[in-house]
Parts: sequence; structure tokens; C-alpha cells
Amino acid sequence: MHGQRIQPTDEQMSFLQIVFYIFAAILIGASIMVVTVRNPVRAALFLVLAFFNAACLWMTLEAEFLAIALVLVYVGAVMVLFLFVIMMLDIDIAQMRAGFTNYLPLGIIVASVMAGELILVMLSGEFGSAQMPRPGGHGETYSNTEALGQLIYTDYVFAFELAAIILLVAIIAAITLTLRRRPQTRYQAPEEQVRVRKQDRLRIVQLPSGKEDDA
Amino acid sequence: MIPLSHYLVVGALLFAISVVGIFLNRKNLVIILMAIELLLLAANMNFVAFSHYLGDLSGQVFVFFILTVAAAEAAIGLAILIVLFRTRRSINVQDLDRLRG
Repeated sequence: MHGQRIQPTDEQMSFLQIVFYIFAAILIGASIMVVTVRNPVRAALFLVLAFFNAACLWMTLEAEFLAIALVLVYVGAVMVLFLFVIMMLDIDIAQMRAGFTNYLPLGIIVASVMAGELILVMLSGEFGSAQMPRPGGHGETYSNTEALGQLIYTDYVFAFELAAIILLVAIIAAITLTLRRRPQTRYQAPEEQVRVRKQDRLRIVQLPSGKEDDA
Repeated sequence: MIPLSHYLVVGALLFAISVVGIFLNRKNLVIILMAIELLLLAANMNFVAFSHYLGDLSGQVFVFFILTVAAAEAAIGLAILIVLFRTRRSINVQDLDRLRG
């Protein structure tokens, strides 16, 4: 499954490095904007930007299928869902922002402690270039989608089916949660229409005709 | 050479930012859901990075499943949000302290 690995030249590597730092910087900046921006619609659009940059970072890691899936699933479906919900809700932004700065110091302290600890572990030298060298790139005949598909449909086929069931359950749950029954609205009931019999609708009344009576 | 640690640091920063987002946006449930999406993205970043550097595709399969579950979670979360807004006319977390409608 794994083809020949090709070691990139130094020029290619430094170009990749520049690309990585640009996308990583935009990703971090966009995610900071997501959590601090005033308008929820703008937050959703910044989240789209963050997902795009994350997809580009995954491209540098040769995860092409997942990068495209991230753009299609998140930007194409989930973020549109978010935008629809934000626009459907009638929320007061000014009232929502009250108390924003109250939690700012606590949030920054917790986050900087957490980020500091994580970064200390990650830069401790266990994950450096010497311990885990970057593997070379695959050849041009290598297909990430094909390799992933061969893994999903063999080793992980049961989990794959479970994922399908989770999505089905999510569809049913989302629809039943938001379905609103309005008793006053008039609608057709096709099952009643189909089930109707002749004697429910049609009544034959024996009426003596007037002429015979006269005679 | 980009070492693995740089990808991991990007993931850690994303994680910390989304935790700050959950702290800051106590009045807005929509932004909290977005912060949870960012949190899952940070986890996925680590999975993809390790998958590439260890030469093992299983990490990418896991990311695939996390994406599936995250999409389902977003759909159900937003549906619950809409139902809450219909009954309470508010998406402030402090107003949503009772389960009955």
C-alpha cells in the first residue's frame, strides 16, 4: 500500500515551511476572531476561514481526502447550518455581550496555563526532527483516498457502518426535535384519502318521486 | 524541515483558544457550539500530524469518524438550540437551567 517515498529537496522543504507558517498563523488568528468577535455571523464566517486553513495544513500532511472532506462537510454543510440557525434566531447582540470582559481574565489564565503546559510537553524534544523525522512524500501514483478506502472497507468496516447509523439517528433526532405541529393549519391526509370506502362518502337515499305520488 | 512539534503546537493553541471561547461567550450558546467545533478540529490536527509522521493511516481513519460524529453533534445541538429558543426566547446559558419546557 505504501509506495516509494521521495525525499524533498531543501528548496521544496523551505517552501513547505513558509506555506505551513502562513496557514498556521491565519488559522490561529481566525480562531481568535471566532471567539472574540461581536457578531455571531462574523464568527461563523471566521470559523469557515479557520476550517479552510486547517484543510490546507492537512494538505501539507498528505491527508488530501480529509482536507477535501473538511471543506465539503464543514464549510459546505455544518457552517451553512450554523448560519441558518443564527439568522433564524432573533437575538440581542448588545445584551449578549454584557459580562464579556468579566470572564476574560479567568479565561486567559486558564487557557495560558493549559497552552503553556501542552507546549512545554510538545517542545520538550520528544517530538523534534531528530526523534520523529518527517517522512518523505509519496510518488505521484499514490492516492490517499484509495489507501484510506482500503483501510475503511476492510479493517474498520464495522465502525464505518456504525458511523452511518449515527448519521441516520442524527437526521431523525434533528427533524423530530424541530418539527412543530400546528393544530390549526389545514393539510391533506393522504392515508385517510386512500383508506376511504364508498359507503363512507356515498349514501343512496330512496326518495319516492313526486310524479308517482300524484298518480 | 517542519518538526512534528510545530503541528502539535498549532493544535494546542487551537485547543486553548476554544477553551477561552467557552469561558468568554457564556451568553451565547451558538458561539459555544462553534468553540466545540474548533476544539474537535484541534484534536483532529494532532491525529493527522501523528498519522503522517508515524506513517500509519489509522489516524486519518479516526479523524474521519470524528468528523462524522462532530457533524451529527452539530446538527442535534443546533436542533436543541432552536427548541430552547422557541420555549425560552433566549440562548443565554444561565437561562437554560431547567430541563422542562
